[in-house]
Amino acid sequence: MNFRIFKSSIEKGRVTLKLDEAGIVALPEIENIGRDLKRAIHAKFGRSFHIREVDTGSCGACESEIIACSNPLYDIQRFGIDFVASPRHADALLVTGPVSKNMILALKKTYEAMPEPKFVIALGDCAKDGGAFKGSYYTRDGVENILPVILHIPGCPPDPLTIMRSLLSFMHDFPCRRA
Amino acid sequence: MNTQDYIKNILDSANIKTSGFDMLRRDELYLTVSAADFAGTCSLMHKKLDSPVMTFFAEDLREASGVFALYCGFLSLQTRSWIFVRQNIAQDDPAFDSLAKNIYSASLFEREIKEMFGIMPSGNPDLRRLKLHDEVWPEGYYPLRKDFIAPRDLPAPGPAYRFKRVEGEGIFEIPVGPVHAGIIGPGHFRFSSAGEPIVNLELRLGWTHRGIEKLLEGMDTSEAVKIFERVSGDTAFGYSLAFCRSAEKIFGIDVPVRAQLLRVIYLELERLYNHANDMGGIALDVGFSFPAQFASLIKESILQLNQKISASRYLKGINAVGGILQDIDKNKAVIIREALGKIEKDICSLEDMLLTSVSFMDRVDATGILRANTARDLGITGVAARASGIALDLRKALPGIYDTLSFAAAKEHAGDVASRLRVRIAESKESFSLISQSLEKLSSCSPEIKATGQVKEGIAFGYVEAWRGAVLVWMRLDRDGKIARCKIVDPSFHNWDALSFAVLGNIIPDFPLCNKSFDLSYAGNDL
Ligand code: SF4
Repeated sequence: MNFRIFKSSIEKGRVTLKLDEAGIVALPEIENIGRDLKRAIHAKFGRSFHIREVDTGSCGACESEIIACSNPLYDIQRFGIDFVASPRHADALLVTGPVSKNMILALKKTYEAMPEPKFVIALGDCAKDGGAFKGSYYTRDGVENILPVILHIPGCPPDPLTIMRSLLSFMHDFPCRRA
Repeated sequence: MNTQDYIKNILDSANIKTSGFDMLRRDELYLTVSAADFAGTCSLMHKKLDSPVMTFFAEDLREASGVFALYCGFLSLQTRSWIFVRQNIAQDDPAFDSLAKNIYSASLFEREIKEMFGIMPSGNPDLRRLKLHDEVWPEGYYPLRKDFIAPRDLPAPGPAYRFKRVEGEGIFEIPVGPVHAGIIGPGHFRFSSAGEPIVNLELRLGWTHRGIEKLLEGMDTSEAVKIFERVSGDTAFGYSLAFCRSAEKIFGIDVPVRAQLLRVIYLELERLYNHANDMGGIALDVGFSFPAQFASLIKESILQLNQKISASRYLKGINAVGGILQDIDKNKAVIIREALGKIEKDICSLEDMLLTSVSFMDRVDATGILRANTARDLGITGVAARASGIALDLRKALPGIYDTLSFAAAKEHAGDVASRLRVRIAESKESFSLISQSLEKLSSCSPEIKATGQVKEGIAFGYVEAWRGAVLVWMRLDRDGKIARCKIVDPSFHNWDALSFAVLGNIIPDFPLCNKSFDLSYAGNDL
């Protein structure tokens, strides 16, 4: 197998496909948004922006799109955005889901574990106000009812480009350079 | 032999009397037995039909008839139908004889019935709650009862959840979750390990419980489709399909053939993007990042294809009661064919990369073995079942549009991570063939994609072999066509349990790998 990759890279000069050959549309928009993002992150967050994600009862599609942001097409990491495992390493908390009763404590604890300054981003329609699950006996109808939310990214689920665009406009509006 | 005679013979052989057979449809038989006979009849069905408990739930009928009803559903492969054993429970003493003593696959359902309805499964030793965690939900509030009123202020927390304790020299406990290191749903895993090998794993789930079954009550069917698309986001199409089929049965709608074929195409597209995702996930969890990234692009290309043909990456807004809202015309068929040609090639390269890598195969071979017997006892379904030698595939097992298409159900025997990977590869290939056969047939189909029917009351069972396994929806509509009770079973409901058996004896670093090879839904399980 390794030999074959090696052989094909000698023969063809590369081992991967061009995106359009793979049937994937690579939008120039990704690069444009990315470039702006990178600039804004550089100016306001000292080169990188780290996010800790918490699911508080999402259906999983929002997660799927957040993960897609890191696939080789969008590759959001190259613009300075990284998803981290520990809340201690995070600038922002990204929350999906309507906040089920079972998750309230875990959500609060994750938030508390983050260093200051910190802020919360809610992603997806159900994180805003419960969305399709609004009024259920077991959800709290949105992240705002538990933690202060600074940005909401709408969609059910928002696609990767929407996520990138929202983060960009957030960066633009973000008041000052992080101390 | 027809279903009714077949079941009658079985009952006669054990001298069990039923107060009524109700062959509701070609594939749905209900038999009502006395409380004293309920457990016996279920055990008999379990044995004779060689079926686990596929679904088991209660219904609050106190207002109309002063009872709770209990339904236990089995699958009869011989007659290609579902058999429901039904019992009435008096409202002043809500209890029944536990099935779990004889049938393991009933045990989780019984715990659910207890916490949601307050109906006691007498004799079941494990009554811990699954979804309404003691820490936040007081005792005595049963959400699925009709007269349920949510507690105003939450009273003091109940007693803390009891994890099983494994004792002995050198045993230590590792708690993980509910918040995990990755971008993934919440669950709590409690490992007990002796050195490296896992000797016990207890899962505590329910963190993403949203109360969907209660939320559905009182909704009409068009509203409910939207909820079903959001039960488990990666199965949006499978769920909405299972629901629509149950509603169509009640309304007596014959779905046009074209819509049925379109549903095959969409369902298989859903299977494809998820299988690609999992193949990559398995590679990623052993640190084999090149194929993992490659797979994530395959997934992306299928999502983009979905977007192109249906305006939704996750195939939402397509299903409707009566048929389909998004047709696939000639142009779209060309787009699909072209894209799938490329994707098929990519999946073959991915397969090649994985199966010919010695170090990768070394990690997945004989890792996370789930034995056929265990799988059978647990009643698991889907990919994991087929990897452990249980050839259950509802597309084959039950009558429907798949009878007119040719495909083979995947089956492997070893029950390890490698088998689950192979099942996924084999199924993906069948999906390509199913899609192209359906596209072929579409060209000679009448253009009708949706039929309408009369809103009616009644009960019905909808089922779909979604990518993860069997998605089952039992539903009762009231006179206005609003949902009176809806019971949903996600394939993960049993399969999570299977994971805790598959990891035994494996080292802790292999847990993520085992977990990914099952790839279960938190949201679907917790509902
Ligand atoms: S917003 Fe929509 S896609 Fe996202 S978690 Fe909620 S229901 Fe799922």
